Amino acid sequence: MAAVHGDVHGHGHDDHHPTGIMRWITTTNHKDIGSMYLWFSLTMFFTGGFLAMGIRAELFQPGIQILEPELFNAFTTLHGLIMVFGAIMPAFVGFANWQVPMMIGAPDMAFARMNNWSFWLLPVAASLLIASFFVPGGAAAGGWTFYPPLSTQGGLGVDMMIFAIHILGASSIMGAINIITTILNMRAPGMTLMKMPLFVWTWLITAYLLVLVMPVLAGVVTMLLTDRHFGTSFFNAAGGGDPVMFQHIFWFFGHPEVYIMILPAFGIVSEIIPTFARKPLFGYASMVYATASIAILSCVVWAHHMFTAGMPAVGQLFFMYATMLIAVPTAVKVFNWTATMWRGSMTFETPMLFAIGFIFLFVIGGFSGVICAIVPIDVQVQDTYYVIAHFHYVLVSGALFSLFAGAYYWLPKWTGQMYDETLGKVHFWLSMIFFNVTFFVQHFLGLAGMPRRIPDYALQFADFNMISSIGAFGFGLSQLLFVYIVIKCIRSKEPAPEKPWDGATTLEWTHLPTPAPYHSFEKPPVVK
Amino acid sequence: MRSKSVTTLAGVAALALYSSMAVGSKYNFPEPQSVIAQEIYDQHIMLLWVCLVIFVGVFGVMFYSILKHRKSLGHKAANFHHSMTAEVIWTIIPCIILVVMAWPATKTVIAMKDTSSPDMTIKATGYQWMWGYDYLQGEGEGISFFSKLSTPRDQLYNKAPKGENYLLEVDNHVVVPVGKKVRMILTANDVIHAWWVPALGVKQDAIPGFIRDSWFTADKPGIYRGQCAELCGKDHGYMPIVVEVLEEEAYAQWVAEKLAGSADAVNLAAAKTDMVAEVDEAIEAADNAISENN
Ligand code: HEM
Ligand SMILES: [Cu+2]
Ligand SMILES: [Cu+2]
Repeated sequence: MAAVHGDVHGHGHDDHHPTGIMRWITTTNHKDIGSMYLWFSLTMFFTGGFLAMGIRAELFQPGIQILEPELFNAFTTLHGLIMVFGAIMPAFVGFANWQVPMMIGAPDMAFARMNNWSFWLLPVAASLLIASFFVPGGAAAGGWTFYPPLSTQGGLGVDMMIFAIHILGASSIMGAINIITTILNMRAPGMTLMKMPLFVWTWLITAYLLVLVMPVLAGVVTMLLTDRHFGTSFFNAAGGGDPVMFQHIFWFFGHPEVYIMILPAFGIVSEIIPTFARKPLFGYASMVYATASIAILSCVVWAHHMFTAGMPAVGQLFFMYATMLIAVPTAVKVFNWTATMWRGSMTFETPMLFAIGFIFLFVIGGFSGVICAIVPIDVQVQDTYYVIAHFHYVLVSGALFSLFAGAYYWLPKWTGQMYDETLGKVHFWLSMIFFNVTFFVQHFLGLAGMPRRIPDYALQFADFNMISSIGAFGFGLSQLLFVYIVIKCIRSKEPAPEKPWDGATTLEWTHLPTPAPYHSFEKPPVVK
Repeated sequence: MRSKSVTTLAGVAALALYSSMAVGSKYNFPEPQSVIAQEIYDQHIMLLWVCLVIFVGVFGVMFYSILKHRKSLGHKAANFHHSMTAEVIWTIIPCIILVVMAWPATKTVIAMKDTSSPDMTIKATGYQWMWGYDYLQGEGEGISFFSKLSTPRDQLYNKAPKGENYLLEVDNHVVVPVGKKVRMILTANDVIHAWWVPALGVKQDAIPGFIRDSWFTADKPGIYRGQCAELCGKDHGYMPIVVEVLEEEAYAQWVAEKLAGSADAVNLAAAKTDMVAEVDEAIEAADNAISENN
């Protein structure tokens, strides 16, 4: 295996870096950049969370109380965009930055300067999104999927959204290329592909998905932009275009996108379960193959988001079968995790709790996913609260819970201090309970016929909406506890044990001190 | 051992009871009123059961392991990490389950798509923010009207108590006869909308510049309510759909009244055209006067 080690990228290998704000602006260090990604995504999580609280407050009771319909639509749109592009995706890139070099025995990321640039694009895009609330016409209000012709109608806010998406896309592509290059070229001697930790594998596959689909997103928003301003008619039937074509292109990006948000989550959970079961991951090879097949399949299922757009029966059937097929590798993963736990010697610290919570709730989201794949049923539940419940089960209790699990798992390695275990457990149980209060009832709302993206609803939906809102406020508040725990951990004076998790087997725990040094592996470790 | 199977059984029973409660409540699909809606309802229930069984199976094993294979109980970790047989088996079983799920769904999809030989055809057009209906073919041909939310604004802004059908009531119902195959043709005037009546099992996007179709045959007379299901701007929440299904004779009567009414409307429209012409003439005269003055 060809490995590129040492200082070949021009950044100094000494510890004399600038201090203060300049340290962060000019840094090329994967740990600094990883931290910035993580703090950024936490900020965005609370921004998107604030919007979610607004949505749920409006929906607390029937009638219009605090958000006029147009502003309500802007809230849902920006909530979706900020959570997807601002909170979840950057958080996983933050994890990749911190963990990938340490887990493969590399000194840093392959393209250190580009790494800096791909981070610093993010605040620019986020500012554009947030500022769009204050421009004439307000923020984009056509949903995070911004279907034309509706999105052709909006004002300056839509253009700012398009620009923000361009920037975020560029950042993601750079991040992905960096991760691919790092993983393929900078592994320690002896670390063959099939010896890589699963987190690294899932990120390698995710990065390829990103490189494949982010340009498609950039293309489709550019077409929308030229439709809006330069008289092209890609999506305008009156000019010979087709609004449904937008949906095909968007979802060709959009479906792989949801796997971009969940594959690294699978990776994190696949690190944590074996550690706390004190037993090797069951079916390592089949985990890798399952991840790869999910990624490949995810590129041929996009039109399951368009079952009501009108497609020939063969089209609907193809996309139904292909979507259902994804359940197989996903089920294999769940069985493998269960088998890993089976006859282990388990303990249940916070990371393990979040990982088990992840599996439990992600499976519920997976079931509702299969139900949505069945065309006749999807025709009823598409664009209702059922779908909202479904994707929050995979995004919040899926992606987000895995991020919490990973954060608790690696905080001691990152900071050198231990987080408060009791508070961590409290955070888990509060999140678990309030999450289900918020979203479980939404399944029933959707089945009973409540459409999504509406600021007001018929009276028969009132009771469950109130329950859901109460759950949401509880969930939102519980997340403040996480911030407190993290800050407390950073400020703590008590050093963490060198290896707080006795079952951990990956390089960052076995070959690096705690806290991890500024430059990970000056000399590559040898992997047997 | 015995106590374990008893607990498992109790757990399954509790879950089943819970799910059947959910099924019986108003929080499941509305009572199906067409063949397709009935098939959807039944398949959904079937899938719920399948999911429940898998769920209990997988998490039964996992929680057993969580309870027993703990370090605190002194359980020592085994060291196995793969088994070809197990992995092949649990790849094949999901495949079989999926085929069982897909089979009835496939038949329903084909039935849903079969819009051929309808008894009547209605075109629905989405507007920001109301629906327009044109009876194109069959009994009632020529009828045409708009259908708008009829809930007063005061109710939306909490200035008046909300009525029973708050946000689900319109000025003009779409009226159809019972037991007749109705083909719906959908399009839109501005942005994408979606025409959705859950009890009839129909949801179809209405796309500007394109025509889509769907169909239903209502089993029983009654009033069935639905809503626009595709975000279409500010008042997306305010464009409900109300389908009124009538007995054969009552429908014929409605058609007669409607057509007579629209005959009046035709006369009215003619009168309006005359008036417009007069106004136009007046404006032209005034324009001429202005240009002569210059
Ligand atoms: C604090 C927890 C959260 C709450 C209470 C919440 C609540 C909601 C609600 C009520 C909606 C429906 C809006 C509507 O259709 O009218 C929604 C939409 C959405 N949420 Fe969340 N959400 C939360 C966290 C997240 C997270 C972590 C993600 C991660 C990606 C996310 C992604 C989305 C997306 C993509 C939409 C669709 C937006 C659209 O309709 O365009 N949410 N959320
Ligand atoms: Cu998808
Ligand atoms: Cu609408």
